[in-house]
This record gives sequence, structure tokens and C-alpha cells, in this order.
Amino acid sequence: MELRPHNFKMDNTKHDLTKPISDLKEKWLLLPEFLKVKGLVKQHIDSFNYFINVDIKKIVEANKKVLSDADPNWYLEYLDIHVGQPDVEESFTVTRAVTPHECRLRDMTYSAPITVDIQYTRGQQRVIRKGLAIGRMPIMLRSSNCVLNGKNAAEFAKMNECPYDPGGYFVCKGVEKVILIQEQISKNRMIVERDRKNLVSCSVHSSTHEKKTRVIVIQKKGNFYVQQNALNEDMPVCVVFKAMGIESDQAIMQLIGTDENLMSLFAPSIEECQKLEIFTQLQASRYIGSKIRRQRGSWGFVRRSRTDEAREWLATTLLAHVPVIDWNYYSKAVYLSLMIRRVILTQLGQLEVDDRDYYGNKRMELAGGLVSLLFEDLFKRFNTELKKIADLTIPKPRAAQFDIVRHMRQDLITLSLNNAISTGNWVVKRFKMERKGVTQVLSRLSYISALGMMTRVNSQFEKTRKVSGPRSLQPSQWGMLCPSDTPEGEACGLVKNLALMTHITVDVEEEPTKRLLFNLGVEDVYMLSGEEIHSLEGYMVFLNGNVIGVTCDPENLVYTLRLMRRHGYLNDFISVCTNRAHRTVYISSDGGRLCRPYIIVKKSKPLVTSEHIEELKRGMRSFEDFLRGGLVEFLDVNEENDCNIALDESLINHKTTHLEIEPFTLLGVCAGLIPYPHHNQSPRNTYQCAMGKQAMGTIGYNQQQRIDTLMYLLVYPQAPLVKSRTIELINFEKLPAGQNAIIAVMSYSGYDIEDALVLNKASVDRGYGRCLVYRNQRCILKRYANQSFDRVMGPALDADTKKPIWRHEALDADGIVMPGMRVQNKQVLVNKSCPLQTSVINKEQPPQYQDTPSSYRGPIPSMIEKVLVSSNNEESFLVKMLLRQTRRPELGDKFSSRHGQKGVTGLIAQQEDMPFNDQGICPDVIMNPHGYPSRMTVGKLLELLGSKAGAVEAKFHYGTAFGGDNVEVLSKVLSDHGFNYLGKDCLTSGITGESLEAYIYHGPVYYQKLKHMVVDKMHARARGPRAVLTRQPTEGRSKDGGLRLGEMERDCLIGYGASMLLLERLMISSDQFEVDVCGKCGLLGYDKWCQLCKSSKEVATLKIPYACKLLFQELTSMNIIPRLKLKPYNEV
Amino acid sequence: MQQNKPLHNQIPKRNQLYRKVLIKLTLETSKMYHIEEMRTRLTLNEQSLSNVHTTDFPGSYSGYNDAWDSRKFISNFRVKIISIDDKEMQFDMIGIDASIANAFRRILIAEVPTMAIEKVFLYNNTSVIQDEVLAHRLGLIPLDVDARLFEFRQTDDLEGTAEDTLDLELNIKCTKNPSAPKDATDPNVMYKHHKVFSGDIVWIPKGNQSDVSCVKPVHDDILIAKLRPGHEIDVKMQAVKGLGRDHAKFSPVATASYRLLPEIKLLSKITGDDVKELQSCFSPGVIGIKQNDQCEEEAYVVSARMDTCSREVFRHPNLKDKVKLSKVKDHFIYSVESAVGLAPNVLVSESIKILMTKCRSFLRELDNAQDKEMDTQ
Repeated sequence: MELRPHNFKMDNTKHDLTKPISDLKEKWLLLPEFLKVKGLVKQHIDSFNYFINVDIKKIVEANKKVLSDADPNWYLEYLDIHVGQPDVEESFTVTRAVTPHECRLRDMTYSAPITVDIQYTRGQQRVIRKGLAIGRMPIMLRSSNCVLNGKNAAEFAKMNECPYDPGGYFVCKGVEKVILIQEQISKNRMIVERDRKNLVSCSVHSSTHEKKTRVIVIQKKGNFYVQQNALNEDMPVCVVFKAMGIESDQAIMQLIGTDENLMSLFAPSIEECQKLEIFTQLQASRYIGSKIRRQRGSWGFVRRSRTDEAREWLATTLLAHVPVIDWNYYSKAVYLSLMIRRVILTQLGQLEVDDRDYYGNKRMELAGGLVSLLFEDLFKRFNTELKKIADLTIPKPRAAQFDIVRHMRQDLITLSLNNAISTGNWVVKRFKMERKGVTQVLSRLSYISALGMMTRVNSQFEKTRKVSGPRSLQPSQWGMLCPSDTPEGEACGLVKNLALMTHITVDVEEEPTKRLLFNLGVEDVYMLSGEEIHSLEGYMVFLNGNVIGVTCDPENLVYTLRLMRRHGYLNDFISVCTNRAHRTVYISSDGGRLCRPYIIVKKSKPLVTSEHIEELKRGMRSFEDFLRGGLVEFLDVNEENDCNIALDESLINHKTTHLEIEPFTLLGVCAGLIPYPHHNQSPRNTYQCAMGKQAMGTIGYNQQQRIDTLMYLLVYPQAPLVKSRTIELINFEKLPAGQNAIIAVMSYSGYDIEDALVLNKASVDRGYGRCLVYRNQRCILKRYANQSFDRVMGPALDADTKKPIWRHEALDADGIVMPGMRVQNKQVLVNKSCPLQTSVINKEQPPQYQDTPSSYRGPIPSMIEKVLVSSNNEESFLVKMLLRQTRRPELGDKFSSRHGQKGVTGLIAQQEDMPFNDQGICPDVIMNPHGYPSRMTVGKLLELLGSKAGAVEAKFHYGTAFGGDNVEVLSKVLSDHGFNYLGKDCLTSGITGESLEAYIYHGPVYYQKLKHMVVDKMHARARGPRAVLTRQPTEGRSKDGGLRLGEMERDCLIGYGASMLLLERLMISSDQFEVDVCGKCGLLGYDKWCQLCKSSKEVATLKIPYACKLLFQELTSMNIIPRLKLKPYNEV
Repeated sequence: MQQNKPLHNQIPKRNQLYRKVLIKLTLETSKMYHIEEMRTRLTLNEQSLSNVHTTDFPGSYSGYNDAWDSRKFISNFRVKIISIDDKEMQFDMIGIDASIANAFRRILIAEVPTMAIEKVFLYNNTSVIQDEVLAHRLGLIPLDVDARLFEFRQTDDLEGTAEDTLDLELNIKCTKNPSAPKDATDPNVMYKHHKVFSGDIVWIPKGNQSDVSCVKPVHDDILIAKLRPGHEIDVKMQAVKGLGRDHAKFSPVATASYRLLPEIKLLSKITGDDVKELQSCFSPGVIGIKQNDQCEEEAYVVSARMDTCSREVFRHPNLKDKVKLSKVKDHFIYSVESAVGLAPNVLVSESIKILMTKCRSFLRELDNAQDKEMDTQ
């Protein structure tokens, strides 16, 4: 911890002398404190907490009343809503709290009841019911309603839960599901763009709870138009202004600006309006009404007048997010005029076009927001259903009074939520939203892959589009999204990962901020004329994309707002920034903004001092205290742009406003594992980010309790000798995935070409790279309608020996396999049999059964680790078996270092053949030096030095990005301990016994074993199954398929002229079929008889591929006759 | 001038002749010296090693007699034991070719037989350790038994006999410690038998085995597994004789390796400040300081043996050219660390015996081949 040269730059000493600031070397200590409250997966949890505690109440508040058309006196009002603690209904009316792990094991959903308090009328009575369940909400692990919330490690252990598991996912039908962070363009903001014709347009995506609309201001032949989906054609802007009540052309012009350039560019638009002879609001409304697309109302559609429709359109559809109070469109008019103004100014070159890929213009949608969208839709549907029921039931004369509670069914909400989360299909009807792949199964290959998945950001862009803009690295991504961690291939640059310190905001109430702004001297737009709005000294003030007003002293406003925020009078996550070009102050309090903490610098001095850090060390300060004390604050991307942030203390000058906490936090979780990543070629870090997720090791402290479909574990995982701060922060050392192998960088035997590795057999014997592969097999015993059920029988006995038959050898007396047994291919795991009759009750005969055993399939035998007998939600028996294989590394298994250097085992050499150094140490792995020059992974070289120095000193060294232990220090350690300064040893060949002619770079490097293993892939077949339709060999290893002689291979053989080989490969060995062909008509016959010619005279037998015969028949069925023309071969 | 002329002509001629002879002589000696150097030393250069290969066969150098001479070999060959105890041994083997020296190392690692647990019969294992992993761990425990007393077991033999198999047993169950205080958190206090050590393995003598030897693991403190109350391990094991070639657990040595004797030559006098610098470039005790005739501090090589060949001296430009680093090619500093019950010297002599057996069988094969050839002729 102490050995950490803060700055690797050469000239830091000079700065240190001139700077009075005492060293803030341990400011990284803020990080673990930060990670306790924010960052990593906390944004998922925060957003979900916000949803179940705040947002859900708002949704209910907005949809609180259900009225019926049938009875004006009848009503149903929601008073409150509440999401409870997760539980499970064990049997009728018996519920009990449940742990997430139980849900995982029993294939259940970890969900809690949603209860409402309602007030409704029953007959003439007014009834209040409290705690009425309306459905079940899947609960995010570690959220405020989760049983894990606020528990300590011991309590976690009791619940079979890993304390390092990040949470933030759902358990849905026993499967862990993550709602990926969705990145999208920010709502309710103007985006000025240039189209292909070089014309400037301004678009706004408006989004409210009710509606999502899009408005574009475009130019056509010098005129400005409003484009909107509900309109049949583009609407001249002046018409819209007039319809909004601004009838005078002068007022319109003043709203846009009375600058000469503006006026000359806008004049044609005014003229156009004149030409259309629209002068009054009424005329304009009529005109707009005539252009509005009529909705095909399904039922109960009331036709309204054109002006009403125009009014409605103006109020709710056009720029839906700008509020219209009492049909006063003024603020909307101002907004529209601003859009036009921006287009003109951009056209004139006074403003720049906006960047769509800029992260200030992006919002992240998190689990809470997405579930909230879904829930609101469901809740509305739930209420319309209730209304429908009320409408239908109330008029009917009935004995009992109509009680709506009887009709409140839980399954609509429960099933839809479960279904959405388990399939990932997000269907929100009212926004016409249909998204696929929103959720993914949490990858539990390793701890890192699970953690990496929680920080993944998915872009809404189409993956097939070949545009580079959204894929390339954006400068505004700095510190927010990891620059290294992105997949290769089609999703490259579209799927990203959060950096270590990124936090994503949740919605903050707008009203108090608005009030505060007015108190700080912002003048309300409603009070101002166009001329005043655009006056030269005024700055417009925007709050979440809405115009609030104008201020004369923007500096003071921004200063005061920031001051108040730092002192806690304003929410921490409200961002304030000035845009001098736009002459506006933007204030954002909406959710989904990326932000990260910075140390505040005042008068060239960071406010955080070493005393503060000292207090932090002693546990007297938390991150919260730093925030409250105004020492540290969160900046979002927009505000970051408005600040002057120093990378470290030495770079602070008089302009600096903030100081970076630690530069390595700009990397994400996966890239944080790489030692010395700043010395590597950048694609190598990207490769490692992808491979770190495939490395096997440990997945959690509860790994032995889990029954996953596939789980890879290392028998002897080790913590890396060279670690980084990130590794410590994310507890990778406690849940490692890899081993420190002694490697020798040298050529050996020729079995090491193309990155192949040579392993030491003795190391493998002693447990290097040994792994456990767990798979599960499950069996459900059902109960059927006729009271019959699946049964499990004990093992069948051999008639002679009275011992179980071979297939049943592994079975216990209860017919389920015994834990600890070894099972081989085709041996039975559960001796299940199903009743033949499942629908009809037949009392005379005892039910007949058919054997449907669940048997083991696989070429390599497995051990039974454990058997779970339980029941799932449908109350059917559930038997889960965990099967285990232990594998030692073999030829072809894949290994990789932490620098994107993967390779397969090319040879496993005897220990005595391996080279050894003067101390007798021989390497575990030999790596070919050709791996270095083209890959330029200098970080790996440094890692070796660091590990070697760490090994001789018995301590861990750091390879933290942009820091880490200095090479000179490490080399000094080596030479002090009698090793070569450069890490090169004199090695002796184990084969000849002579010294090697070169010094060999030799030392420990952390190696990961990747999940790709030969036994899972090896495949060969001689004869085997064939597909039913084509009679060709099946495809794929899992179906014991053939190996295809493909088109290109075929081409080679054609080129070579090996026609008989081709015939054999493509027909004889594949789907040869004998057909009878009539030589006269050329059609296929049968049994030496041509049905068309009614003769067998010219029928000949020949061999063609079955697929060919099939084609002929299919063509025939489509009324196309393929005729085969036959000739004796000697007459050709 | 005229007088001088003939003289002038004569002297150079004579001189030339003289010089030729002299050059030839010095060439010869320096060549001899050079060849000797090449034959016996490998040089550590800054970036690589040179003369690493053995040239110990006739005809390697022109004019140098490299023919095998057993008398010469006998007079040159020496073995010096530096240190020895029952676990570790260091000895020098001087005057032998690398291939032979390496053969002993290879045999020690891979071909000296030992006993190790090969079959594990699991009766009960409720611990968190998987059966295969437990078996693997048990297999790697070195046993204190003299493998020479046993035979190799037949591959198809499942039971084993007293001559080729050792039966061992490990039966342990973890329980709560009833006398532990209630607030105890230390597992050592709370539980009994919560750690399974190699010392818990019990040998069950088979036949008359108990008369011949006493078997136990070499170390009693190898942690095999950790248990918690209710966990139980009940296994029976069979240890058999095997070779390190087949599995590393049969290897009798923790390591057997050698290094060559380093040699440091100071090419010129090193005095003054350079002395300390030079001293720091080598392992402690390699470079000494003495007072020379000029009453200066001068460096001298005390003993190069301790040097680790870190070549630190090449990093000092002022010293780089004043030092020559080399190793003696036929001086092997052997170190053998026994992992099993046998003493390292026993293992080494075993390895020699094995090599001798191999040689004998090879000779026999050669004889047979000769005989066969004769027969066919």
C-alpha cells in the first residue's frame, strides 16, 4: 500500500517543489468509501429503489381513479401502494419469507406482493380496504425490499448468499436476469443537426408519462416548417405560432430575434403564411385541424371539430413536455421560436451543430425506469379491465352487490412482469415500444463476468448499420464509460461498460428547483416578450429542457446554485452548466445522466486535505461527509464540460475548479484487472476485457451451494501477484480466476508456434490449471388432470444376479441417483415413468406407465455432486442433480495471460525435459517470444518483473493503471536479491544438460484458464444419425453430426478433378437413394412402374441423392415437372 | 648512410623472421589457451552466453587432443560433498560431461521409484472438498517409506499384495467442542478435528509389513481438508510404487538440479571508488577488498562460488570491460532435496545404480544385436 509512486511522469519533482500542497497521495482512499454508497452496480439498485419507493406511488397517484360509465356513483380510488418483502406462497394462504438462493434452487421468482389501499363504493357503502394485493413485483437483489438489504457477512452466509455478490439482478423462475442499462438519446432536448442536403434542422423528442412525440423544425426552400407524425404534411411555423395565439407577425419575429440576419432568413416564412391567408388564431387552428391525421378510432370514437383537434394537438402532441396551463401556449411558442432561432443561427454559422454521440445528450435507462414503464402500462391496463368489468357488471341485476375487489386479479401484473423479465421483451403499448433483449441471463462464468455484466451499457442503435459515429470512442466518455471494455465484432462500440466511479442519476423533483430559480432572480418567460427574452445581457434558463425564464446575471446564478448544492440545499445530482454560445444556463435534474465525483479545488488548492484523508483512514469520515462538507461533488457530463479538471495535483493552476480522485477510475471493472494497462497496445486491453469474462476461477462464496446449468471452477485459484487498486476494490483477490504460473519466454520444441504454450507435466500433475465443471440435470414429476402422476421407481434388478442392471447401477433405492456416484453415458439418473392416460379417469384398470427415464448423456463420465428434491411453484416435484467433472489441462486447452495473449496448450512436457535455472526452478509454462513484438504487450513484461519481485520479497506489487510500482523499483528488488536486473535468468536445458545460449525472461505471470476446452469440442463420427427430411447426416456435435465437406472444399476437389471422391463424399456417404425413373416421361416411378405411362417398360433404376429426389417431388407438388432424360451411358 | 644501408636491410630481415617465429609461438600458445578456455568455460556476455556446448569429443579443435582417456578422466573426476543432512544435500561433481551430470538429474526426477497413494476408496466424504480433489491431494502427500523394499504392482492387480501395496486409512469426523465458550469465534476452539492433516493418515500393515518398515507421511502438518461439525471423511487408500515419469507424486525429489561453478576474472586492477561498486555487483562474499602495494584498496575475487550470476556488473559502464564472467563447464554444483523418506545421498546412489542398470542393459542389447548380426552372417 505504501509503495505507490503517485506520478509516473518524469518532471513531477519540479512541480512538487513549487506547490505548497502537501501530498494527497492517498486520495484514492476515497474510492472504497465511494463504492460503499455508489458506483458499480449501485445504480441499478438505486434506480430500482427509487421505483419501488417513490415512482410507483407517483404512478398510482397519476392513475388513482377508476370510474364507470354505467354508474356515475361508483368509483374506485387508490389511496396508496406498497411493495412488500419477498415471500413465497407455500400452500393455500400460507406464505413465508424467502431467500434469493431458495428461489434459484427451486426455480421460483424472487418477488414481493404489491399491495394497495383502496376506497370504493359497494352498493351505497363507501368501503376502505387496506393491503389488497394486486400482483407480485420481482425484487431486485440487495434493493431496499430485498432480504439481503443491510445484512452482514454472517447473515449472508446463513442465507447461502455470497457477500461479494453485487446484487442488482432479479431471480425469475430460478434464472438470474439482469436488466441491461440502455443508452439512448436524451429526451426533451433540442438537437440541431445537418442533414444530407446540408440543411439544418432541429428535433426534439418529447416524453412525458402520457405521451412520446417527436417534433422537427425543418427548412424547405427557405421556409421553416414543423414536421410531426400526426400531421399529414409539414406545417409552416408561422401558422403554428398563429394557432398558439401569437397573431402578430412582429411578435413572431421578436420571439425569434430581431437581428437583421435572423429577420432576413425568417421573412419568407412570414410571407408564406400571408400567402396562405392565415391571419387569426381561428384560421390557423382550422388549417392545422385539416392537416391532422385522423386516427382510426376502434370504438366509441367521438368526432370532434377541426379546431378542437388542432387545439388538442397543440396542447398535448406538439412539444408534449412543455406544459400548457389553461390553454396558454406562450411557453410552447417560446420553445418553438428557440428551435427556429437555433436552426437559423446554426445556418449562419454562429452556432455549432449538436453531436448526437456526445454523452451530455444521452440518458441511461436503468432497471427501475424500465420496470416503471412496464408497471405503469400494466397498472393502466389493470384499471381499464376493472372499468370494463364494472361497466359490464353493474347494469346487470344481481343478488349480491357488485364488489370490485372480487375482480381484482393478481395474475395480470404478476405474469406480465415475470414474462417481461424472463424473456427480455419489453412491450409498452401506449408508447408503441417493443424492445427485445432488454434482459439477459447473468453470466456466472466467473465473478468478473457477473460483475462486468452489471456494468454493461447497451446502445439502442441497430447493430447492422455501418456507421462509425456511435461506435467510436467519444471524448465525453472520459471517466464515465470504460474506453477498453467493448466486444469485438458487430456490437463493437455499441455495447459499453461503465467506468469504476460512474453513477447514474435518478429523477429529482423539479418543483423545488424551479421555485429556487425564481427566488434567485430568474424572470418567468410568461412575463417576458420576445424582445426581452433575446436581449443581449440576458441568459435563458432551462430546467430539464424546459424554458424557465431569463436571468441577467448567469455567473452569479450558476455560482449560487453550485454553492447551494455543495452545502446540501440542493440535490447532489442536479447539474448546472452555462453554454455561452447558446447564451443559456442548463439545469438538469432528470434521471439517467452519467456522473462521477470530483474533488473541488478552490484557489488552486484541493479542498480535500491529507487531514481529511487521515480522518477517513481512521473511519471518522465517510464519503457522505465529503459530499456534505462540500469537498467532493458529482459532475455530470455537461457540467464536466463547464469545469476545469486537473488530472493530479501537479497540474492544478489558477483556472482549475476540480481535481480527479484517481485517474485509473476511468477504466471499468474488467480493464481494471489488467496490470500496467497503460503500457499495452490498446486493442490488447480490449481483448483481455473480453477474455477475463471467460476465465474460470471462483464465482462466489456460495458456489458450492449453487446448481447452475453450467459452472466452471478452478480447483486451486490464486490471487494475482501483481494486483491493482481495482482488483482490491472489487474483491477480485477474494474471488480470483487464475493462477500464478512461472513462465519462461523461450522457444521450445516447435510445439509452441502460433501462440501455443508448453506446459510442465509435473505442474499439471500437482494441480496447475485443474478445473471442475459442473452441470445440472433436472427432472420434473408432474401431476395430471386425472389424478395420475409421474412416478419414480427403484432400480430394475437383473434376473440372475439380483443386482441392479448396468443402466440403473447409479440409482439409489428411491430411483434417484446417489450423490457421489459416477455415471456413464446412457446410465439413468432418475428412473421416471409417465402414465399413458393423463386425461381420462379410468377406475377399472390400474394406470399404465411408460418409462421416461432421465439419463446421463456425454462421452465423459460425471460424478453426482448433489441431488435436490423439492417442489417448484406449480407444486410439482422438482429433482435437480448437480453433476461434476474434474479436468486436468490437456493438449488444446486454452489459457491466457491478463494482456489479451491467449494460446492453446501445444505440448505437455516432462519436468525433466523442461529447462531449469540455477536454483532448480523450472517453468510451469513456456511461452514463445514471438508473442511479444507484434502485440506490444509491454504490460506483460512489467507484470513478470512485478510478480518476480513480489515473489522474492513475499509481497504483492501493484500494476495499477497510470500508476503502479515503478519498473526501476522492481528491477532493484530483483538485483538486490541476486537476480538479474532485467529479470533474465541463465537457464539450463533439461534435455541436453547444457546451458541455453540466451538469457531467458523467466518469472511468474498470472494466467487464466479459459472456458474453451478440448473435451467439450472434440468430435468425430463414422456412421451416425441422419436428419429425417433430407436423410443427410445431422449437423453439429450435440447431435453427433457429420463433418461437412463444404462448398469451398468441393471446389478444390472439382478443380483437382477427383470426381469419384466427390461422388462418394456428396452422395454415397451422405444420402444416396435408389429411384425408379421412367425413361419415357422422365418422372419418378415406384416399384419399377411408371404411374403416368402405366408401364414398366422403360423404367430404370438409378442412384441420386435423397435431397435431389425430395426437390423433384416438391417441385412436382408446385406444378413444375422436372423430367429426367435417361440415355444408356454408352450412347452419350 | 651507406654504412647503414646494408645493416638497415639486414636487420629488418632478421627481425621479420624472428617476429614470425614469435608470432607463431604466441599464436600457438594463445590458441591453446583459447581452445582450453572454450573447452572448459562458458562465457557470460552482456546479452548472451557463449561456448555453452560441450566439445568434449575428439576432433572438435584442430591440433587439440580430445580423445577419451579413462586415466585422465579418473584423475580429473571428483565428487565433493559440500553439505548433507537427511533432507538436503549439496555436492560438487567435477570433471564430467554435462550429459552424464544431467542424466543423474533426470533420473532423480523421473526414474527413481517411490511409494505414493494411487488408489483412494471413498467410503464417506461429506466435506466441501470434492472426491477427486481429495484423492488428488492425498496422492501428493509424500510417504516416509523405503520404496526399495517393494515391488511394482501389476497393472491388472486390484487388490495388491504385501509386497507391492501399502494400505492406509483416513477416518476423521468433525464435531463441536462441547467445552468451548459460547462466544468463541475461533474454529480451533469451537470445533474438534476441523482440520484434516496428513498426520491423521493411519497405516494398516498388510501381511508381514510391520516387521519390515514403518510407514507414515513425511510431514504431519500437510493440510488436506477443512471440516465443520457433521462433516466426515472416511477413506481407504492404497499406495504403490511408481515413477516420477508417470506422475509427479512419485518423484522422490522436491528438486534435483545443478548449476555450473561461476568464475569471475578481473581483467584489470580495480581500485578506488570502483571497488565498492564492484562489490555491490555480486553476491555478498564474492568480491573482497585488500590493500595493494600502492596502499590503495583493490578488489579481488574471494570466491565466485556464491555468485548468482545476476550480471549486475554489466550495468556499470566503468566496470563492464574490466570483468570477465564465466562458468566452469565441467564443474556441477548439485543440489538434491529429498521429498520422501529416503536421504538424498541414498537417492543419488539409487540414480547412479539406475543409470548403471541402463548402461548394462544397453550393452546387453548391443551384444545381442552383434550376436544376431553374426548369426545372420
